[in-house]
Amino acid sequence: MFSLINADGTVRDRLPITMEEMRGLYADMVEARTYDHKCMSMQRQGRLATYAPFEGQEAAQIGAAAALMPDDWVAATYRDAALMWRAGYPWRLLIAGRTGDERGGQAPEGVNVLPPSITVGGHMIHAVGLGWAEMLKGTDRVALTSFGDGATSEGDFHEAMNFAAVFHTPTVFLCQNNGFAISLPRSEQTISESIAIKADGYGMPGVQVDGNDVAAVLTVVREALETARSGGGPSLIEAITYRIGPHTTADDPTRYRDEGEAGEWQERDPLTRVRALLERAGGWSQEWQEEIEAAATRRVEEAVAEAEALPPPTAEEMFTRMYDEPTAPLRAQMGEAGR
Amino acid sequence: MSEVNLAQALNGALDTALEADDRVILLGEDIGRTGGVFRITDGLRDKHGEDRVVDTPVAESGIVGAAFGMAIAGLRPVAEIQFLGFSYPAYDQIISHVARIRNRSNHRFTAPLVIRVPFGGGIGAAEHHSESTESIYAHIPGLKVVVPSTPSDARGLLLAAIEDPDPVLFLEPIRLYRAVREEVPDLYFTAEIGPVRVEREGNDVTLISWGAMIKETRAAASALEETGRSVEVLDVRTLSPLDHDGIVASARKTGRVVVVHEAPRHAGLGAEIAAVIQEHALYSLLAPVKRVAGWDTVFPLKRSEGHYLPSVDRIVAAAEETLEA
Repeated sequence: MFSLINADGTVRDRLPITMEEMRGLYADMVEARTYDHKCMSMQRQGRLATYAPFEGQEAAQIGAAAALMPDDWVAATYRDAALMWRAGYPWRLLIAGRTGDERGGQAPEGVNVLPPSITVGGHMIHAVGLGWAEMLKGTDRVALTSFGDGATSEGDFHEAMNFAAVFHTPTVFLCQNNGFAISLPRSEQTISESIAIKADGYGMPGVQVDGNDVAAVLTVVREALETARSGGGPSLIEAITYRIGPHTTADDPTRYRDEGEAGEWQERDPLTRVRALLERAGGWSQEWQEEIEAAATRRVEEAVAEAEALPPPTAEEMFTRMYDEPTAPLRAQMGEAGR
Repeated sequence: MSEVNLAQALNGALDTALEADDRVILLGEDIGRTGGVFRITDGLRDKHGEDRVVDTPVAESGIVGAAFGMAIAGLRPVAEIQFLGFSYPAYDQIISHVARIRNRSNHRFTAPLVIRVPFGGGIGAAEHHSESTESIYAHIPGLKVVVPSTPSDARGLLLAAIEDPDPVLFLEPIRLYRAVREEVPDLYFTAEIGPVRVEREGNDVTLISWGAMIKETRAAASALEETGRSVEVLDVRTLSPLDHDGIVASARKTGRVVVVHEAPRHAGLGAEIAAVIQEHALYSLLAPVKRVAGWDTVFPLKRSEGHYLPSVDRIVAAAEETLEA
């Protein structure tokens, strides 16, 4: 398993990342966790629909997204808010989506991030088509798809991996193996020694990385993206991480896992180790910590306010966003709904 | 202008589309080297190259899912699934992704792709090769479902489907591929997705059908005309969105309607058409709307096809019952 930063913040190898970049990644992870905690509490207050927390997976998501170019494609899932945000998708839209508003799915122009996939596994093949199209168009854009360990059991994982390899598309498959698919442990999801080795069967490289090590994830994903960008084809990355929270706010993990395990993983927290590293290198101070936390809180609160200030959706919008132009039967129904 | 059958018209339309628009790319199983199981893409790989007419691995969900990604990224993919009975592995891609992306991204991302699928029975094919399950697709919001029954419509509707900014499931009646011929302009032209085609005008009874069943419906209309009846025939070229106005106008005119389809009767589109008619033309009706459809059985193998497929006699008998009511 590739890693650069140990859980205690000591460095295993020379970091291919500057101290300033590390500070940026750390601040981003702090902001992502602020968002995650905010969403959990908003859901408890009844202000959000079901929420899928990513706590514990910040390094995998921020590290991967930090490796992207601004207009690369991203096809991710409901647990990938941090990844989507770091790839340019604003918090306010992510929150709007979770309040139950389709307008939250509308990425800003120039941000090529699809709305998160809610069904499991169907979206990986989209990143194959996206990358394939860019290859045919002759651009150097690539596509990153993120999914969990559970998604690798879906038939669409096989079809996506196979198509990507056969057509040599510029697609990077990022599996965040967080240990559980709702309640099913990774050991019962597949008896394969790892998820990364599944890449062998498709004829593409597969690598395992410490998913709680932001520097390692960034390094591995950057390399995979550059390979794809330069015509070297797809690859699979398995980021080993852990879902600290429940599957969603509707889940109770005490029914299927030992909470001691979550405690052990908290010792391998992706933020703590970077903070320790920065402290040791003189790149961290309490004052700076407070500053980035305050900035994160301010930005997340602003995003919440913006999302909640969206005017209620009209009945008409439900009809007008189905097709380029509403069909005649839809126009008639729009009239009925407006009555 | 040249006289072509329906299969040749489709081949010509795909050739024209590949020629006219670089964004068009064809993908499917065996469509390149062999020209497809029905030879609809015959010769196109040699002419347009293997990057634009792509033989894919055997994976329907992969074909549609990859085409979907391509469409979002600005291409105009035309995917082929070999038979409607093989399309179900791709059903999740269609219902969960293809038909929803405009809605779930509030117009930011769209999927202008075409999924071409041969459908219907009557050629004595193997199991799963004769299905008419169009209603399970017409039920999906966000998807258009188009069915040509003439060579001219095959060309015009396919070019329209490729131009359409939204996803189109394009169903091709297998039994008619080589059974109908007509003069079709070689020009680039489109037929409008939506309106029914009035196949023949009449005043006493309306027969409504689509796809391969147009053939039996047409023969039934001729038989009825021989007995002095004036018969209107509608070809529902678009199953979704359904042309309520065109259907209702004809029902109001004749007051008697028979819907003919090959798909099982239960929850088939005949039910939707009958419902639309009773909602908008009940007081013009002189008889209950009748359905002549496939039975609610699995589509049978070769030796029983005759027991299953609506026949000219069944259509004539239903129309006569309606006329006598």
